[in-house]
Amino acid sequence: MPERLLEVRALDAHYGDFQALFGVSMTLAAGEVAAVIGANGAGKSTLLRCIAGAMRLRADAIVFDGEPVGDQPAHAMVARGVALVPEGRRLFPSLTVEENLQIGGQLGRPGPWNLKRVYELFPILAERRHQPAPSLSGGQQQMVAIGRALMSNPRLLLCDEISLGLAPIVIRDIYAQLPRIVAEGISLIIVEQDIVQALKTARQVTCLQEGRVSLQGDASTLTREKISAAYFGV
Amino acid sequence: MEWLNTLLQGVLLGGLYAMFAAGLSLIFGVMRLVNIAHGDLIVLAAYIALVTVQALGVNPIVSLIVVVPAMAAIGYALQRGVLNRTLGDDLLPPLLVTFGLSVIIQNGLLELFTADSVKLNAGAIEVQSLPVGGGLAIGVLPLLQFLLAVAVIGGLQWLFYRTALGRAFRATSDDQAVAQLMGLNNAHVFGLAMALSLAIVAIAGVLLAVRANFDPAIGPARLIFGFEAVIIGGLGSMWGTLAGGVILGVAQTIGAQLDPGWNLLAGHIAFLIVLALRPEGLFPKVQG
Repeated sequence: MPERLLEVRALDAHYGDFQALFGVSMTLAAGEVAAVIGANGAGKSTLLRCIAGAMRLRADAIVFDGEPVGDQPAHAMVARGVALVPEGRRLFPSLTVEENLQIGGQLGRPGPWNLKRVYELFPILAERRHQPAPSLSGGQQQMVAIGRALMSNPRLLLCDEISLGLAPIVIRDIYAQLPRIVAEGISLIIVEQDIVQALKTARQVTCLQEGRVSLQGDASTLTREKISAAYFGV
Repeated sequence: MEWLNTLLQGVLLGGLYAMFAAGLSLIFGVMRLVNIAHGDLIVLAAYIALVTVQALGVNPIVSLIVVVPAMAAIGYALQRGVLNRTLGDDLLPPLLVTFGLSVIIQNGLLELFTADSVKLNAGAIEVQSLPVGGGLAIGVLPLLQFLLAVAVIGGLQWLFYRTALGRAFRATSDDQAVAQLMGLNNAHVFGLAMALSLAIVAIAGVLLAVRANFDPAIGPARLIFGFEAVIIGGLGSMWGTLAGGVILGVAQTIGAQLDPGWNLLAGHIAFLIVLALRPEGLFPKVQG
């Protein structure tokens, strides 16, 4: 396994005429957990969408496993082992819980994750497997969204605001499972509004402000003052 | 007894209309594409069957072995090559492109086969019937046509809810962007949906060609029958589509029984009544 699983090199991203990211760079080693923080509209979700292949970029803006993949479409990135838990969960409403999970596993990438393992990770989903996805509570839906991404047996899992709109106790339950996922050798990038949660989970932190990296470093070395300056730009 | 017979013939005719409708409804459901060329593709399938029958000297029913894969291949190529480029947030581009396609197919067929109407001859089966008592008889061919329609609709239902491909169709229909992020190649999924739609069109086209005369210009009317069956049945419900086809068929035969000139009119009126009273159709898909 190479030392560097993912490299983002001077990434610019645009929505039409609007530029959302300016020269963003970051690297991630295999098995590492990184957090991306920042205010609303700072470009956090855009960064994850770029890595997941949802935006057309120049090829060498994203290097995954030593190969330039910035110009690859999303489905090709899933095949290479990048999975996204999208913001707001975005489950397929007309599919059952189990069918949602099966969609994630449809490409058949080999690896440790399958329906049985996901149900072990989130036992409540096994009970609800034949229910339509929208009938679940927010926290349970988030579990399905994470399980669906895991079903593709990713090497890199991207989690976009998995705590959004959930009760603190539910957030704690979900975050409590992340170490089990990382233990399988999966690298993780989490986007979080909740800075405390992000610092607790990640080893490396990148703070974005209006599309630019305002702070980057080891989570243990960053002080509260530095973060708040980078977060708000004051 | 005469009315019972009329009803029976209408139901059997409805099977054909359900098959016109099934492919149309499938495409709209998966990719929100309204295929204006659907009727002309039915006629194209009929002509491919004609060429196959003439070249190989086989029965039209046997020609399905050639026509179904040929139409499926045309569907996949058409979707990947042309129609995928028209899909987006706007419903209009695919509408315009399929309208253009409809004109091209009609005129292409006119150049190749002239405007003379032709018919496929299925042999003795065309005039065979099963007596069901009381002076009533069911034609073997209409019965076969109805049973095929039930099999096609049942097969689609099974495919949609029991197979990985059906799951991919439903997921893509729900949210194209996320389906892509979960590893589905939408361009390919849409290609497969169109291939499936045109495979059904192939069956419908061959049955149409055996049932009655056809010429290059009759496509648009078949499209209307398909639309009407879909809307009467309710969008997104396969069995509803079959019911829609049957209602349309029965309305047409009852109209024709009253006065031969009221055949089409009665069908359109039945459609209008449903549209006015239940615009969502008789059996709309239950929203989960």
